[in-house]
Amino acid sequence: MSLLNTMPEFTVTTKIDEMLNWTRKSSLWYMLFGLACCAIEMMQTGGPRSDLDRFGAVPRATPRQSDLMIVAGTLTLKMALRTKVLYDQMPDPKYVISMGSCSNCGGLFQLAYSVCDGVDKVIPVDVYVPGCPPRPESLTEGLLKLQEKMMQEKWLVRRSGAELAAAEA
Amino acid sequence: MDAAALHQTLQARFGDAIGTLESGMEPAIRVAPAAIVGVCTYLKTDPALGFDCLSNQSGVDYPARHEIEVVYHLISYRLRHACILKVGVPRDNPAMPSVAGVWRTAIWQEREIFDLLGVVFDGHPDLRRILLPEDWVGHPLRKDFVEPTEYHGISTKRESML
Repeated sequence: MSLLNTMPEFTVTTKIDEMLNWTRKSSLWYMLFGLACCAIEMMQTGGPRSDLDRFGAVPRATPRQSDLMIVAGTLTLKMALRTKVLYDQMPDPKYVISMGSCSNCGGLFQLAYSVCDGVDKVIPVDVYVPGCPPRPESLTEGLLKLQEKMMQEKWLVRRSGAELAAAEA
Repeated sequence: MDAAALHQTLQARFGDAIGTLESGMEPAIRVAPAAIVGVCTYLKTDPALGFDCLSNQSGVDYPARHEIEVVYHLISYRLRHACILKVGVPRDNPAMPSVAGVWRTAIWQEREIFDLLGVVFDGHPDLRRILLPEDWVGHPLRKDFVEPTEYHGISTKRESML
């Protein structure tokens, strides 16, 4: 008699990694980081027509409660320093979606004296969403891509495996 | 009151402090920097002129003329007329009196001109940068401004992906 037969009917078997990743990807609370016109599209994405809530993503007003930072808009050098501070305040594990051309590479304002040419110069970025600004469908697609990426993470391996030893050495 | 009539009125009262009347799409009256507060006070308080609103104040850099020009756009809501004043200050020592005592909106406008062009307004109550970070070096709307290569370790150049 296998182990499965002794369990109640409603039992689901899974891997710990997968379960952790599934819970994390299903409650991605994103920090509102609207900097320019992309923020309008981000509001649309959170609104009823596109409804980011159905993927478990709800907006948060503080970095302390957020798992995801959606950088939406032109990042000035003045704001870049604040972005770094806010990213550091987010608890691990944390993810970043760079939304729109400005946040990806400076976009239209790349040659301006006051604009940071891409948020990846300040904080690590997981998903880049192109567009000026990206439509709600694009941002939703970006979120789904991030969820795919999260599902591939190996938490237990990373914490106990040879990688840690290698990192310490 | 149109610009020519206004120019004559001002010249009759302030004499040499009022320069030429610049023709163009919008005629502009040139004013000496030292006289600007007196002229503005007069424009605001005289019942026949009544310029109660400084709708815009901006600055332009002219390296060839070695001067920075500060432009005042005035409107009278009561009498429904407008005028433009222009003040040239030397580029190497751009200092001129502030009109913040006449129209309080000039506090913000002059801070912006100071921030981007480096014009120092004497008598301004709170002259510091308004848009750029406080530790910024230089005044970027000057034509000879050179963009720094980095800001707090953030490189300002991006290599082409192509």
